[in-house]
Amino acid sequence: MADAIGEMPMSPTAAGATLNPTRVTVVPVAGLPLVAAALAFLVAAVAGNWLWALDFIHVAGGGLWTGIDLFVGLVIGPIIGHMSVPARVEFSTRFMPKMVLIMPTLVVLTLASGLQLARRLGNLAVPYPNHWWLVASFIVVGVMAVIALGLLEPANLAVLFELKKPRPNGLLIAKLMRRFVYTAGVTGLMQIATLVIMSRIATW
Amino acid sequence: MGSIALVIAGGIYLASYLPRQAPLLIPTVLIGLGGGLLLAAVAQLGGLRQFAWERFYQVSGWALVAYAVIAGMIEFVLLVDHTRGTLLILLTVVLVIFALDIPIILGFSVARHQDTPAGIP
Repeated sequence: MADAIGEMPMSPTAAGATLNPTRVTVVPVAGLPLVAAALAFLVAAVAGNWLWALDFIHVAGGGLWTGIDLFVGLVIGPIIGHMSVPARVEFSTRFMPKMVLIMPTLVVLTLASGLQLARRLGNLAVPYPNHWWLVASFIVVGVMAVIALGLLEPANLAVLFELKKPRPNGLLIAKLMRRFVYTAGVTGLMQIATLVIMSRIATW
Repeated sequence: MGSIALVIAGGIYLASYLPRQAPLLIPTVLIGLGGGLLLAAVAQLGGLRQFAWERFYQVSGWALVAYAVIAGMIEFVLLVDHTRGTLLILLTVVLVIFALDIPIILGFSVARHQDTPAGIP
């Protein structure tokens, strides 16, 4: 979600004048069964120590997590930055609720399957200096987790709830969305580091 | 947020020694500090008067359900991997702090910008 929206300079009432608050959902309920199915698949893979499934979940989940983050930050974000305020609001109200479900699900799938995969393949027992690559991956994930959980997800939800008000405060929304801009560099760097580390681990 | 950072740091320290057991002093201190910050945050929250409590409970309640599921799944992975003893206890504490902290952050982040019951934002 880094840099997803960019700057949103709008008057305090501009957002409210362009949006029907009853159309703003925070969590798309229709997506919950898909999330449940994905998590159930993860549980089955972990419980059964099913190598193919663990690898699939980790590669697919991690690839989607990194790909979505970079694509949204580098492509979607700049595009939105050049859209009109009403267009940005319209896009955000449809896009952000889906991200509320998608990103935490991908993170859980990737991390849980990754830990299991590392144990199963013996990667956790790799001696130093190669073990530093694993430690680096833990640190990278830790940094992303702190930023995502402590800064971005709260901002995401706060913006959605603000948009639900009859007259949303555009200045507040812009202020909250600036978090994505400020953290875009860090999260982008972490995602690229993830790609480097994972490809290194896969080929050592 | 400091609480999350501290418990994650403790978790990373423990994970970096896997499959061996890490020395437990440093992660215990980190996790203890994280728990302390969480308690301090709860205490500060409890002192608020003009606050959109209904919205806070709505958001943090559902977030607690979601993060309890996430923490439960990670705990399940730990148990399947035969994690035992002090290490399991420490990691469980990390997950509990994690599962409580995030909903509080989310609930507060939303509620602080909502109108209070008296209609004063």
